[in-house]
Amino acid sequence: MLKLLKSGFFTTVQDKGRFGFRDIGVPVAGVMDNLALEKANGLLENNVDAAVLEITMTGPTIVFNEPTYIVLSGAKMSATLNSEPILNYKVYKIKSGDKLSYGKLEKGIRCYLAVKDGFKTKKVLNSRSFSNAITKVNYLKDSSEVIYEPCTVFKPKISELKVNSYFDEVRLEVAKGPEYDMLQDKQLENIFGKDFTVSKENNRMAYQLNEKIQGHDTSMLTSATLPGTIQFTPAGKLIILMKDGQTTGGYPRILQLNDKAISILAQKRAGDKISFKLL
Amino acid sequence: MSYSISIRPFGIHAVLIEWPNEVDESILNDILHFKNFLISNCLQNEEWELIPAYNSLTLVRLSESIDFKDFTNKLSNWYDQKKDASIKFQRYLCRLPVCYDLNFGIDLLEISERLQLSTDEIIKQHTKSTYRVYGIGFLPGFMYLGGLPGSLEIPRRAEPRLKVASGSVGLAGKQTGIYPQESPGGWNIIGNCSVPIFNVERPVPCIVNVGDQVQFYSISKAEYDLHKIESEVGIYKIEKIAIDA
Repeated sequence: MLKLLKSGFFTTVQDKGRFGFRDIGVPVAGVMDNLALEKANGLLENNVDAAVLEITMTGPTIVFNEPTYIVLSGAKMSATLNSEPILNYKVYKIKSGDKLSYGKLEKGIRCYLAVKDGFKTKKVLNSRSFSNAITKVNYLKDSSEVIYEPCTVFKPKISELKVNSYFDEVRLEVAKGPEYDMLQDKQLENIFGKDFTVSKENNRMAYQLNEKIQGHDTSMLTSATLPGTIQFTPAGKLIILMKDGQTTGGYPRILQLNDKAISILAQKRAGDKISFKLL
Repeated sequence: MSYSISIRPFGIHAVLIEWPNEVDESILNDILHFKNFLISNCLQNEEWELIPAYNSLTLVRLSESIDFKDFTNKLSNWYDQKKDASIKFQRYLCRLPVCYDLNFGIDLLEISERLQLSTDEIIKQHTKSTYRVYGIGFLPGFMYLGGLPGSLEIPRRAEPRLKVASGSVGLAGKQTGIYPQESPGGWNIIGNCSVPIFNVERPVPCIVNVGDQVQFYSISKAEYDLHKIESEVGIYKIEKIAIDA
C-alpha cells in the first residue's frame, strides 16, 4: 500500500481501459497516454492491463508502506526518491517508508507511476480505471491509500529505457472518419493547411480546439464514437474525444486519430499547437 | 428482410456498418439480428465490441487492427448468410415508474403553457406510448427513445442547466429519456423515475438494452419514496416482460 500525503492536482488510477460495455454507454476510460503505460509496465514485466497512477499537472507526495519496484513515465516532471533525483523509464527499488515527491513539470502534462504487478484497487466492470458514474471515486484526495502487492525480489531484464521524446511533436496522424466525405475543399484546406491551438476546454473526456473552420448543416443520426474521434459541430468547432469521451454522438465524425496521436495529444495543454496529417 | 448496407473503416480498429438513414423499427431489428448473428457465429466475443445505434452498427476490435478489405468481404458474406439464419435473442418491455410531481417535473408548468396541454394531458400522452430503445450512450445507461407522440414535441431549453438530477425524465425535440446520473443537460424535465436505470453493483448494470421497449407509468410521491427505499435495500423488482423479437 502507498499513501498520498498530498494528492496533486488530479491523480487517478487507470489501466488500459474498460472494454465490453460501450453498448450500454460506458466510456472506455483508461490511461490517456498509452505509450507511457506500455513502457512502464514493460520495464516492470507487468501484465499489459496492470493499473498505474495517472498524475496530471502537479505531482503528489507519496509514502510507500511496502517494498516494491517502480517506474515513472510520461510527462517530464522532476521527481525525487528520499530527496534524491530519479529519472523516467528506469526501474527503482522501493523499501517500506520511502518517499516520492514531484517537482516542476517541464514537458507534457500527464505522468505515470507504475509499481511491480500494478495497483490492486477494486475492479468495476472488469477495469480499475476511475470513471465518472462507474467508480465510487473519480480522483484521489489527500491521504488516499492505494494498494499493491509487496515485492522484494525482482531482477528486471532491462532496467532503463531510452524513450524518444514526443512532447514537441505537433503533427497528429489521422485517418478519414466515417463522415469525412462531407468536407468541402475550403474546409479541408483549413483542417490540413494550418495549425490549431488546444483550448482550455481540455480534459480526459475531450480536447476542444480554439480555431473554427467553416461550419455545416449536415445532420446525422446518433452513432458510435471512439477515443480519438474528431467531431465537427455545425458551428465549425472541432472536438477530439478522448478516453472518458461519450460512446455515441450526433456530430459528424470527420477524422480519427491513431493510437500514437492520442498519446501525443494526451500530453498537450491549453495553448499548445497541433496539426493534422492524413494517413 | 435485407437492406443495402454500407461498410466503412472507422480508424484502424473499427468498422462502421450503416443501414438507410432512417429511424425505423425494421431497420433496428435487422441491425440487432445481424449483431446477434455476428456474435454467435462469426466473431470471437472477447475480441470485439459491437455498438448498435439507430441505423448503424460499429464493430471495434480490441487488440489488433483490422484488414479492412478482407473484413469487408467477410461482413458482406455474413450479412447474406444472416438472411437464412434463424436468430433468437430475447427482448423485453420494461415498465418504468415515473413520479410527475411538480417538485420533480420542474418544467411541467412551463411546457404545459407552451404546448397548450394540461399537465394531466401531458402525463397521459407520455405514459400511453410504448417507446423503443434506439441507442444507449451520452452517459452510461442513457437511452435514446423513439416513439414520442407528436403532441409532446418541444425544443430543448435555450439554456442548458448545469445540473439535472439523477432519474430526471425529460423531453427534447422528438425524444424523451431519463438522465441515469446527475449531469448537465438541456431537456425539459417533466418527472423523475424512481428506479435506477444504471447501477454497476447489479449483475446486469443497465436495465435495458438497445432494441428493448420502454413504457412509463405514473406513480405518487409516496410510491416513489417506497421504490427508492426498496431499490436501496435491493428488493425492488424491475417490471420486465419478455416480448417477441
